[in-house]
Amino acid sequence: MSANSKWVQLAVLAGIMLVLPVFFPSGYYYRVGALVYVNALSVIGLVILIGYAGQISLGHAGFAGIGAYACALAPVHLGIHPALAVLLGAVISGVLAILIGRPILRLKGYYLAVATLGFGILVSMVLSNERGLTGGPDGMAVPDLGLRQVLRGMGLKLSGGEFWYIANALVLLVAIWIALNLFHSATGRAMRALHGSETAARTVGIDVARYKLQAFVISAVYASVAGSLLALQNGFITPDVAGFMHSVEMVTMAVLGGVGSVLGATLGAAILTLLPQVLTVLADYEQLVLGLIMILVMIFLPLGLLPSIAARIRWRGV
Amino acid sequence: MAILEINGLGISFGGLRAVNDVSFSVKPGEIVSVIGPNGAGKTTLFNMISGVYLPSDGEVKLNGENVTAKAPHLLAEKGLTRTFQNLQIFQEMTVLENVLAGFHLSVRPSILSDLLSLPGAKRRSAEAREKAMAFLEKVRLANAAEEEAGNLSYGALKRLEIARALAVGPKVLLLDEPAAGCNAVETEEIDELIAELAQSGIAILLVEHDMKMVMRISNHIVVLDHGEKIAEGTPEAVSKNPDVIAAYLGAEEEPAHADG
Repeated sequence: MSANSKWVQLAVLAGIMLVLPVFFPSGYYYRVGALVYVNALSVIGLVILIGYAGQISLGHAGFAGIGAYACALAPVHLGIHPALAVLLGAVISGVLAILIGRPILRLKGYYLAVATLGFGILVSMVLSNERGLTGGPDGMAVPDLGLRQVLRGMGLKLSGGEFWYIANALVLLVAIWIALNLFHSATGRAMRALHGSETAARTVGIDVARYKLQAFVISAVYASVAGSLLALQNGFITPDVAGFMHSVEMVTMAVLGGVGSVLGATLGAAILTLLPQVLTVLADYEQLVLGLIMILVMIFLPLGLLPSIAARIRWRGV
Repeated sequence: MAILEINGLGISFGGLRAVNDVSFSVKPGEIVSVIGPNGAGKTTLFNMISGVYLPSDGEVKLNGENVTAKAPHLLAEKGLTRTFQNLQIFQEMTVLENVLAGFHLSVRPSILSDLLSLPGAKRRSAEAREKAMAFLEKVRLANAAEEEAGNLSYGALKRLEIARALAVGPKVLLLDEPAAGCNAVETEEIDELIAELAQSGIAILLVEHDMKMVMRISNHIVVLDHGEKIAEGTPEAVSKNPDVIAAYLGAEEEPAHADG
């Protein structure tokens, strides 16, 4: 049953990704779509941390920052290919997540929130202040991935927007596949069990600290890869990628869509990425309307958009 | 040869001596009940044995090995697990998933094969699923397997907790008021289940308020009052013990208060 619903979900999503460009009025929308997918990627990491394991982080943009700057710095200073830099960023983020996760995941609730918040701020401060290396608040250029030229050489001509739309969609599908695998696995069950009751999880032999840490590390790697892709597609990066607002945005997307649901999180990322684009017609009132929508969703659909709607039409397994 | 030995176990909370110098043992296949008036320290004793509280003194031996104050997940690995007086269910998981979580130790999940859904991980999960269904049959919850646990009735959740504990494959099972809040029929079912488990060789340590049930199924009873062991023995011997009668009658004159 679970395996089937996994492939159904992936197929539906892939279908939407494939059909969507038909409705794009201009090439610009490929860029927007690519941004939606990159945001969804980091938000799915948070679904694993918050939705599965029940731990909060207000500092995950810090990992996105590490991934982004790995792609900006490593090709220049270490001479490695940008694609390898994505991997390097993911490894650094993962190791860092282990180092800081061990002590801070002992904390609960808002104490954990504040500790992770501190981590995120620390990363963005380092990126802002190390002007010699990172260019400071003005940001720095990111080398091209070079894959588009390779494809052109093979006779496949893609615009930048089209290329990143496809690339990010593929990465997102793989990321969702992994997250759904985890959900239905013994490891995922251990994470969800400790979310439900740490006391009971321990009595069945689950090493609670270990599984919290695994969720934290996985989500850090997701955020890092998302940061890398963002840097590569923009060709330019500023410390804002690691900033507090970005962390909050990630959590908001997850909560809005439904933090226990992988597809819900994707929907949340899509809405909060697209809404500001739509609301630009309201000019000064954009933030106001955005805030209002979020308040209304939290009051009337507290589980998040997708799970609430799913529960209403009794459609399980999302 | 006892599988669980409690020697001189005691704990203080600040100035309060909640449990003092309690000793007894449980053999495989035996049902030992701990009884006593509200606040006698039964649940505190359970919490010390199961590694939730750190005892101030004394020791807990499992299979001859000193396991005092070991973390609960390590005790589970050594074959000791428990249920809870106030239910500890994974509410947002299905009934089946609750029991599957109990198979955590035998499945030995590996993060990489779980992320990539490798065949080995799938096979181990499928095996656990089959065994979990068997346990659900045993507690008559098989037809609710795919339901979210939070939707079940109280009595059903009590049985689910036992099924989950059985999935751990315990040698020693601590049951903290398994029949509390259950009606007469449900109590009888749990009663039979416990007897059956003991017959299969599991050592059972029970805290229960239902005296009829305790007298019926226990091989051995330990009586606590004000944190001290005041008597122990067979159900008949204990029920005739003047100290025990005094403790219970005395307790009835006091206003009712929260159970300890």
